[in-house]
Amino acid sequence: MAEYLKGFLSPEWQFLAYVAAALVHAFLLINLVAGGALAFIWLERKVSGRIQDRLGPTRVGGKFGWLQTLADGLKLITKEDLMPEGADGMLFRMAPYVSFCASFCGYLALPFADGWVGARLNVAVFFMVAVLGIEVFGVILAGYASASKWSLFGAMREAAQVVSYEVPLGMCVVVPVLIAGTMDLVTISQMQAGWFSNWFVFHDPFTFVIFWVYFTCATASVNRAPFDLAEAESELVAGFHTEYSGLRWSIFFMAEYGSMFAVSGLAAILFFGGWNGPIPLADWLGLTDASRPLAHYFGNFLGMLNFMFKCVFGVTFMMWVRWTLPRLRIDQVMTTCLKYCTPIAAVMFVGATLWTYFLPGGLFIPRQTRYGSIREGWHLEAQQPTAVEPPAEDPLNPVARRTRAESR
Amino acid sequence: METINWHSFFFLLFASLACVFALAVVLTSNVVRMAFYLVLSLGATSGLFFLAGADFVGAMQLMIYVGGTLVLLIFGVMLTAKGPFISMKTSAGEWILGAIVGGSLLTVLISSATSVDAWRAVPREDRPAASQVTATRLGLGLLGARVDKLEQTDATLAGGMSGYLLPFEIVSVHLLVVLIGSAYLARSKRRAGGRSVGDHF
Repeated sequence: MAEYLKGFLSPEWQFLAYVAAALVHAFLLINLVAGGALAFIWLERKVSGRIQDRLGPTRVGGKFGWLQTLADGLKLITKEDLMPEGADGMLFRMAPYVSFCASFCGYLALPFADGWVGARLNVAVFFMVAVLGIEVFGVILAGYASASKWSLFGAMREAAQVVSYEVPLGMCVVVPVLIAGTMDLVTISQMQAGWFSNWFVFHDPFTFVIFWVYFTCATASVNRAPFDLAEAESELVAGFHTEYSGLRWSIFFMAEYGSMFAVSGLAAILFFGGWNGPIPLADWLGLTDASRPLAHYFGNFLGMLNFMFKCVFGVTFMMWVRWTLPRLRIDQVMTTCLKYCTPIAAVMFVGATLWTYFLPGGLFIPRQTRYGSIREGWHLEAQQPTAVEPPAEDPLNPVARRTRAESR
Repeated sequence: METINWHSFFFLLFASLACVFALAVVLTSNVVRMAFYLVLSLGATSGLFFLAGADFVGAMQLMIYVGGTLVLLIFGVMLTAKGPFISMKTSAGEWILGAIVGGSLLTVLISSATSVDAWRAVPREDRPAASQVTATRLGLGLLGARVDKLEQTDATLAGGMSGYLLPFEIVSVHLLVVLIGSAYLARSKRRAGGRSVGDHF
């Protein structure tokens, strides 16, 4: 896009093209998080209502209460912005933004379709897990800065929970990475193209089990019920955000829904084929052919819808769990993590390793050599290091970075 | 691109952010704010790594320093951030000592950074462009495979180019055992009646 815009500008203003391209991409991503939060809050009200045999919002904006969240937002804007006495003002104000930034940064590496990704990192999985883990920092800051014991308790619980659940979460994430042989989310999705039997969740029995472990841990790490001990209103008022009101409070919620979408997106890519549908329709229609830009664009658009559908399904699943299961006690939360999730994840990790070692072609259906051919890539590269030798003593290489950026 | 060098721009941006927040860590007296500034400074450093194309090191920086260590640090802060420890006043003597130590470290770093020939700035046209930076070789290196030595033709020598994995794993399992053992020793002892020692108080 930057290259396209450059055509309209005189040389000394061409830097504007890069600024504009960056701004458009950032705008799209931020609005995905913010608009997604609006939609998901409405959806959550509807889902919870239906599960509890109620109607949910029905009045604002027509039959289904579409505009309920907007009305809520207006109400939140008009609320007084309170700060408790004795609070650490700067940290109190910064905490929601820290949470939101961390949850938003995960989207930078999340591919929405083939090549539609903010920044294609070759360690995208690792980056997402790392960044989503930082979200808890905002929570701790909020809990500390509020100068309230409820907030502090909630924040401590949440920190303990999130930090412990990162262990099994990391183990679950490693398994698809191990099968794919790469941490690049784009490549992982490309490997799962074709029929749904190519999805990693159906790769072997171990990956099927580990997906459920992943989803449990992901639910816990974004503090959704049944793991929402940190916000247990019956005992801790509202946990870390007890003292927050109005718009600051809603930013925490945006961060929460943003992370829900991000972990669902990670699940969709790692286990459910990313933007690839269950049936390779786009392949049959010739929409994945990169030599025809328009068809490819349309195929990518369909892929994006596919991916979004999977993410929304994941988020809806989390809501379903939230309104169905009772809340766990803090010791039960820790038991689930340390005595069940971690050992199961470890055993499944070993199982998946052995499976890919002894049965690389699958049990019944001989797989296409798709996995194999891509995985051979690093093997060959490792054996012929002279062909791709990067300049070792020159880490700060602007030329290399520039060529990478322009090749995108 | 011709008028503004984006790489230098972002390098200066991230570097100055890292420096400013590092200074803020030193100059603040509130413990929790120090931790907060430290997170921002380390985050800006990881931005520098991403800028340099070292995605893996950048993500590592986020994961280990910003994520793990800072959460741990916050926990430590939580336990001490009451009463007399909430704000730490630095005395003049500590300032002088700190300035001497920090200043001499800075001198050593700067002198060594400018004295190594290979680190000198090369004119941009002369630099070779890296084809593609991947973390694969780094990962293989972590597993013990000497990817830089794979062209070794002598079969007996090539055998020694991999195989740090087993010792590494043994050491880490050993560490885990030590950790579990210390946690067990540190627990309060149970009596036969099922009451802990602390019940007497």
